[in-house]
Amino acid sequence: MAKGVIICPIGPVDEGMLDRIARHIEMRCSVACRVSAKTDIPEYAYDERRCQYNSTTILKHLIGCCPDDVLGYLGVTHVDLFVPILKYVFGLAEMEGRCAVISMCRLRPEFYDRSPDLNLLEERVKKTALHELGHLLGLTHCKNRRCVMYSSVRIEDTDIKRADFCPTCSELFTWRVDTCVTVHGFKGSEVQG
Amino acid sequence: MPKMPRILVVDDEQPMRESLNDWLKEDGYRVGLAASGQEAVDMARKEPWEVILLDLKMPGMDGLKTLKKLKEVRPDAEVLMMTAYATVETAVQAMKQGAFDYLVKPFDPDEVEVQIKKIITHKELVLENILLRRRLEETYQFDEIIGKSDAMQEVFELISRVAPTDSTVLITGESGTGKELIARAIHGNSSRCFMPFIAVSCGALPDSLLESELFGYEKGAFTGAEHTKKGRFEMAHRGTLFLDEIGDVSLKTQVDLLRVLQQKEVQRLGSEKVMEVDVRIIAATNRDLAKAIQEKRFREDLYYRLNVIHIEVPPLRERKDDIPLLADEFVRKYCLEMNREEVKVGPSAMKQLMAYDWPGNVRELENIIERALVIGRGNEISADDLPFSRKETGPETFPKSLKMMEKVHIERVLEAAGWNISRAARDLDIDRQTLYNKLEKYDIRRGDE
Repeated sequence: MAKGVIICPIGPVDEGMLDRIARHIEMRCSVACRVSAKTDIPEYAYDERRCQYNSTTILKHLIGCCPDDVLGYLGVTHVDLFVPILKYVFGLAEMEGRCAVISMCRLRPEFYDRSPDLNLLEERVKKTALHELGHLLGLTHCKNRRCVMYSSVRIEDTDIKRADFCPTCSELFTWRVDTCVTVHGFKGSEVQG
Repeated sequence: MPKMPRILVVDDEQPMRESLNDWLKEDGYRVGLAASGQEAVDMARKEPWEVILLDLKMPGMDGLKTLKKLKEVRPDAEVLMMTAYATVETAVQAMKQGAFDYLVKPFDPDEVEVQIKKIITHKELVLENILLRRRLEETYQFDEIIGKSDAMQEVFELISRVAPTDSTVLITGESGTGKELIARAIHGNSSRCFMPFIAVSCGALPDSLLESELFGYEKGAFTGAEHTKKGRFEMAHRGTLFLDEIGDVSLKTQVDLLRVLQQKEVQRLGSEKVMEVDVRIIAATNRDLAKAIQEKRFREDLYYRLNVIHIEVPPLRERKDDIPLLADEFVRKYCLEMNREEVKVGPSAMKQLMAYDWPGNVRELENIIERALVIGRGNEISADDLPFSRKETGPETFPKSLKMMEKVHIERVLEAAGWNISRAARDLDIDRQTLYNKLEKYDIRRGDE
């Protein structure tokens, strides 16, 4: 397994789906990616008043346990996430950092009273994961609605975009990966999760 | 790509600040964080922020007080208030105090995005509006002449058509309407613009002096001619000669002028040598030349020589639409000269300016604005700063006696002429000595004396 990105399931998450998402990341980002061992539901981040989980707290937790030599440490959870100022978030990343967390809660069609659709859910998770990885590499939101870096404030935004970077964001992403690899020297090495 | 707007987040709660910071940074905004109202005001003093997200409920300086201070420091910054449900009413109050809108915490992610984009669009529209207004103002200005009235727009149109030609131009209009500015604009927009523009105030000089001024003289040509002097025609060679107050020129000088215009040659007084001159003539007068021709005071042939293109400058009372524009321009000009902060013409003063009939035209308006700025000290010109504010402007309150009428009229003409005695005497059609006598008789003194 190549070093690069680690996907960390937080609570019960379909690991088969996460494996497929890891392959997608490897293909699109040219970095190694693997799924690590599952961690517990983040009760430490639960907010009773909001009945949601504080993504900032989870992110801080991930930063604390992130291996030193990874490009990205991506937590994936089924719980609903928020940041104090917003009602919800699909995901949260340290801009130009190493940790990010995404929630599958609002990516499920059932959340919007639709029939369950695992393919659609997987497609949405792929997009959200790539999006947060882009932020880890310092990419900001893109104006191209089809680019994975387009800001998703509603689920429709996620569905409109493709699970890939536009040419400009792709170029930027590759350049940032190369810069990180030059600095940290872990592209293609083993992930130690 | 336009520069990303700077957003200042003001909230006493660190998690709120930080989560908003992370969220906004993902959009590429440059974000600043302030934990209190005072810190926000300090940061606003140091750096301009296009958008300020301001929490309503903060200890110490609360949101409303901070909003007031921020608007003083950065009036251009748009403020989005952030509030909890319980304080929506206060948020509405904040909007009445100049906040752009408010957001109820926690926000829907797309709500923040929409609001910020709305502000950016709004700011772009404001900027576009300023640029369009500036462009419009440019159309209201031709060099130094200002006017948006139809009459002045026609004058501008005529200037731009006439300027590139070499045609002789006759500019007519009342005293103070800006005839010389029009002559300068014609010269400035002609192919002669890099050559001299020579102005001669024909009415101000006695006949003999005017002759030597126009044509020059050789040393010893007459008693007192101690050295050779170039005439204005020579000086204006390849340029433009502006003959102001042409209607006041004697019949003898009219003949000399006609000769030069026909032959394009001049001869200095006391010289045998004839010099060719290439001069564009622009003449101006406030006299009725048609009447002067009838009364045999002006040569008809000279009139037709001069009147190839005729530009009639309307008096200010016939283009009152231009008064606010002109007043603003003069305020700007004199504030700059006097090193004053921005001053505005107040509504009461503007009302008076619009009601007055401006016998001295634009020059009188300029003098009155200059005077008001000297007298007034505030950042607004009020009716009290205007010289006619305490005088009666309506016909029903005019002085009834002929003597008082004369006194008021002389005062007005003097004001319009900027207390230039020669100019005022000319406008009154009397000689300087007579004017001095009347000043003494009526005890007329300049306001600031």
